[in-house]
Amino acid sequence: MKLMLQQFPIVFQALNVGFLQTLKLFLVTGLGAIPLGLVIAFGSMSRFKPLSALTRLVIWVVRGTPLMIQLLIIYYFPGIVLDNNWWGGGESGRFLASSIAFIFNYACYFSEIYRGGIQSIPKSQQEAGLVLGMTRGQIFRKVTLLQLIKRIVPPMSNEIITLVKDTALARIISLQEIIWAGQSFMKGSHGIAGAIWPLFFTAVYYLVFNGVVTVALGRLEKRLDYFR
Amino acid sequence: MAVLDVTDIRKRFGQTEVLRGISFSLEKGQVLSVIGSSGSGKTTLLRCLNFLETPDAGAIAVNGETLFDAAAPAALKEAEIRRRRLHFGLVFQSFNLFPQYTALENVTLAGKLLARQSPDFRDRKKETLSRIDAEGRDLLTQMGLADRMGNYPHQLSGGQQQRVAIARALALKPDILCFDEPTSALDPELTREVLRVIRSLAEKRTTMIIVTHEMDFARDVSSRVLFMDGGQAVEEGPPEQVLSAPVQERTRRFLDSYTTRRP
Repeated sequence: MKLMLQQFPIVFQALNVGFLQTLKLFLVTGLGAIPLGLVIAFGSMSRFKPLSALTRLVIWVVRGTPLMIQLLIIYYFPGIVLDNNWWGGGESGRFLASSIAFIFNYACYFSEIYRGGIQSIPKSQQEAGLVLGMTRGQIFRKVTLLQLIKRIVPPMSNEIITLVKDTALARIISLQEIIWAGQSFMKGSHGIAGAIWPLFFTAVYYLVFNGVVTVALGRLEKRLDYFR
Repeated sequence: MAVLDVTDIRKRFGQTEVLRGISFSLEKGQVLSVIGSSGSGKTTLLRCLNFLETPDAGAIAVNGETLFDAAAPAALKEAEIRRRRLHFGLVFQSFNLFPQYTALENVTLAGKLLARQSPDFRDRKKETLSRIDAEGRDLLTQMGLADRMGNYPHQLSGGQQQRVAIARALALKPDILCFDEPTSALDPELTREVLRVIRSLAEKRTTMIIVTHEMDFARDVSSRVLFMDGGQAVEEGPPEQVLSAPVQERTRRFLDSYTTRRP
């Protein structure tokens, strides 16, 4: 116990550094996948059959294979198979490859949530806008969008909480996120070796972070409670 | 001159011919009630007038201007379709208000978006928007909803929602206001308040086409009645004739079934 107290300041600092990387990956994925998902959703609903078929095929592959394998392929394929590691070396290269893998993977999941949401809004809303002389763009922005957001917040919350924890998968290509930071104290780092409690302690970070995310999304849901 | 001329409109969905050549015209200030059993094509006719469906054949002209002619198909820009569409207003059976907007916002939204397109909008933004708001409040007051302007649709009864929808359609000052079974989703009490509003519009000489199952109301408010059956205009004329002394056998049968169904 006394030893743990001595180790704590060092471990705390190292875990904070790792958590910063986790947070960065989470934010980049969110900012990239939320709009990209909408583009993919429109693709999968396109009336141009080849486009919708292709989009659905891609969604099937991305959702049907483990994100961990996607990470490995995206990170190693250019360097090992094509002899040209366009990600660049070091932590920044790993972060870039992780970001691409996460954004694309999550955009595919989000797109299916969007598609369900868009299809659940009655067509009569669009017709009401059309007979009032609104353009399709105006109808989407002024009529459909807010109703869509209201409907997708609960399922999106689920995905976003999963994303917080999934960021740990980037550990497979040695991205120095918080699990990587915690685990390093087992092998030896900062003069501490054979300590397993830092790894267990990382769970507290996830728990607190997801608490914040849950409260924020709950507030958003409440703010949209004013209409039905 | 007729405000509306509809000539030989035809529409088929797959194998089903829903409209088999409908023609009629309407004078300014007249009210035309369209009656007929379900599936006779009444709703499709209204949807064609409002450009929600494209007829396979026929022509539609308003104030002498041809808005649609299947014989002379033109590749219209979306803006032009929107402009032509605004000759008509449509009130839906299921109201279709926008749930995230208040009653007043529902009435003013489209007008405000349209106003943005006028070239001097930027210079006169404030007065334009406040004029649209004032007109919207005025319309809702006429509909007896002065104390409901700030309410959201889910806080309103069906009858109140439908009156907001009528105000919303009127806000764009259409030449012809169409109603698609405006009271079919309402119970009798709420039906009365909506019909009262439509009647007051008729008294103000609003040109209207009303698809309805309310025979007494049709008799009362219409200048003319059109009976449709199987996608055809079977009989058309003043309400006294079509509803009380129909010439066509099919009209008689329809009206008989009506009185037995609703004693």
